[in-house]
Amino acid sequence: MSLLRHDLYIGPIGAYIDPPFPVKKALITHGHADHARAGHDSVLATHEAVGIIKRRYGEDAAKHYQGVAYGEKVQMGEVAATFYPAGHILGSAQILLECKNQRIVVSGDYKRRSDGTTVPFEPIKCDIFVTEATFGLPVFQHPDAHAEISKLLISVKNFPERSHLIAAYSLGKAQRVIKLLRLAGYDAPIYLHGSMINMCAFYQENGVDLGDLRKATGLPKGALKGQIVIAPPSATKEVWARRMDDPVICMASGWMTIKQRAKASGVELPLMISDHADWNELITTIPETGAGEIWVTHGREDALVHWCQTQGLKAAPLHIQGREDEQAEDAA
Amino acid sequence: MKDFALLLESLVLTPARNAKIAHMVQYFKDAPDPDRGYALAVLTGAMSFKNVKSSFLKNVVLEKVDPVLFELSYDYVGDLAETIALIWPDKEEGELPSLSELVLELRDLPQKQLPALVATYLSRATASQRWAIIKLATGNLRVGVSERLAKTALAEFGKKPLDDIEHIWHGLQSPYLDLFAWLEGKGPIPEIHRHKVFHPMMLSNPVDEAKDFAGMNPADYQAEWKWDGIRVQLVLGEGETRIFSRTGEDITHSFPDLADTLKGTGVLDGELLVGADFKPMSFNSLQQRLNRRTVTAKMMGEFPSFVHSYDILFDGDEDVRGLPLSERRKRLEAWVMRYGNTRLDVSGIIPYQSWEELAKIRIQGAEEEGHEGIMLKRKDSAYVAGRPKGPWYKWKRDPRLIDAVLMYAQRGHGKRSSFYSDYTFGLWKGNEIVPIGKAYSGFTDQELVQLDKWVRNNTINRFGPVREVKKELVFEVAFDSAQQSARHKSGVALRFPRINRIRWDKPANEADVLENLNQFFN
Repeated sequence: MSLLRHDLYIGPIGAYIDPPFPVKKALITHGHADHARAGHDSVLATHEAVGIIKRRYGEDAAKHYQGVAYGEKVQMGEVAATFYPAGHILGSAQILLECKNQRIVVSGDYKRRSDGTTVPFEPIKCDIFVTEATFGLPVFQHPDAHAEISKLLISVKNFPERSHLIAAYSLGKAQRVIKLLRLAGYDAPIYLHGSMINMCAFYQENGVDLGDLRKATGLPKGALKGQIVIAPPSATKEVWARRMDDPVICMASGWMTIKQRAKASGVELPLMISDHADWNELITTIPETGAGEIWVTHGREDALVHWCQTQGLKAAPLHIQGREDEQAEDAA
Repeated sequence: MKDFALLLESLVLTPARNAKIAHMVQYFKDAPDPDRGYALAVLTGAMSFKNVKSSFLKNVVLEKVDPVLFELSYDYVGDLAETIALIWPDKEEGELPSLSELVLELRDLPQKQLPALVATYLSRATASQRWAIIKLATGNLRVGVSERLAKTALAEFGKKPLDDIEHIWHGLQSPYLDLFAWLEGKGPIPEIHRHKVFHPMMLSNPVDEAKDFAGMNPADYQAEWKWDGIRVQLVLGEGETRIFSRTGEDITHSFPDLADTLKGTGVLDGELLVGADFKPMSFNSLQQRLNRRTVTAKMMGEFPSFVHSYDILFDGDEDVRGLPLSERRKRLEAWVMRYGNTRLDVSGIIPYQSWEELAKIRIQGAEEEGHEGIMLKRKDSAYVAGRPKGPWYKWKRDPRLIDAVLMYAQRGHGKRSSFYSDYTFGLWKGNEIVPIGKAYSGFTDQELVQLDKWVRNNTINRFGPVREVKKELVFEVAFDSAQQSARHKSGVALRFPRINRIRWDKPANEADVLENLNQFFN
């Protein structure tokens, strides 16, 4: 029996990694909805990821939870699982599976740049590396996130009469943007869409200082002039956004690299800030793992598979059902 | 160049018309002469460069980037200029030229030197600047600015009527120093020579039977057949004969058989068709004559060109655009009578009393003579450039419909580059489905999202950028006409196919069979 199937089923222990449907045993890399779904019997994840799942789906999202710390080995029969930092969002992990002499690492979603809201990624030696490929095309070369934040702050200064409404996914991206603003010296209150408050509070409880955060609702007319407001991408297109004064619609996402894409989302100020590895980071990470076989999932598999093959590595795409949804793209 | 790159980026990212105008006005204020004039020429398409081919830039990239990775990137981004800009592998230190310098280099330098020079600039630029330089150097802007919108910005910048700008526009030359001087109140309105230039055409809107007819009096409108040819403007006189397409492109060279016979002085509006004795042949036949570098005697013999004229803009030297259509019609008839051209006549007027009667005539004309529809023009309408709502309507015949099955999907371009928006569909032929056409339009943005998702979840095969899907989804496809075609595997070609409805409810085995198209052949 193989240790790991292409649908990320761990045969010897009857468990799945990030299954898109309810199962008995799930190992979860991180709390984003396309990886963590409600309805599993038992969930194994980092303490923070367990916390996020409970906050998002309720305590009864799973029947049993087992939280682990980074680097802590969990032995399950002949298989051992260890969660290592992935640098994607709070609590995000790569999962190392060891069985006999074989080592497989499932990267989950990851990022190589440190950002003050997550524990930095570290490459783990393995035989098979299951890598994400959200930005698996050489056109994706994410610029320095601090420069993108400067662009935003210049615009805030130039348009004191307008609000800046930043579309950012409510788990991970929003907190990263806030943290980046704080690191850039922006200490004014930052206003939040209601759906963000829960996760920001969770980050703060876990030691990530996000400064003065306030609710964007219930304020007198004109109160948001010249202010920064953060909302999930969907809300920027809804009635909700009308409370803003002629807002400059911004969006923080790796997709903003592509102008036509920014345009299609109605974004006036694109901020190329991504929580995923860009092309160069993907192709430097792969050799660092020492893996001879690469499985590519989650995005633009074809290019990365091709690249691996040109490097003499065995590579295969995994087309996992339910992984190509919009939410995954919002989170990027 | 940096400012112009910023302008292009703002324009492409600003969806609102007024905000686009504001960006352009600001640029016209800030940029010096002749930069702003060249910018205007580029934005309106009056100036475009084809000396640098994107294929050249692509080859520069391919020396360092794996071709497979490049193709996958291009497929994803959907825009060649942007793909090259993002993936560009070289970096070097150095200054970028001003817009005028770059434009003049693109125009004047020997073609051999240009690609290398542009490549140097690309290595000095940021990804966004590269994108702008490539757009400029390859002559394909696509930033959501029409000629009309750029002129609207000019009108706002100079606080002058848009019509004044329209009237002189086609006589002006880049970098438009005289135009900007006038707009800034530093000079007179530029003079132009009407016999050499194209005058912007008046266009029609589709009539909404349910809404528009209620407020329209049949006695106020002149009805004509809508010809299935190409709209042309004939500019005649002073030994010049020019045939312009509706966009102002000079196509005289494609129709020497017509041009050589034209006599008279004036500017006429009409439909160019092919056929003998003013009897139009199919649009397919006309297409044999379009976009050809050389026209053979055989072509001209087989598909002789002629014009049904329907309006007059200049009668001799007199500008008659301000006169009501009823008056212009008299002038046109007299003009045509006066010169007795052998390949130019006047498009007839259809007599009718009521909309009901005209509706019957329209259906009869479509069924018996294959007419595309009817034009309705207010008898008191002046000839105004652009597409004003109200004076002119087109009343197309109802489209033909067929239920076809989605077979393949490909990503779109431009703003749809992230969606599977180009669909190939087919009809049943025995037990298999044969492709009969492609459609890119007819659905809402929301339906596009649903279709995209459906395609991703029902893919059974991938051929490079193309996804083959399960043969399960039925489209009600609308099209204007069907023709037999040896070039297509199915033996048919549809004219202007678009998706009329998505039949989520209809099983694929109930879609139409290929033979059902036979009834639509002209």
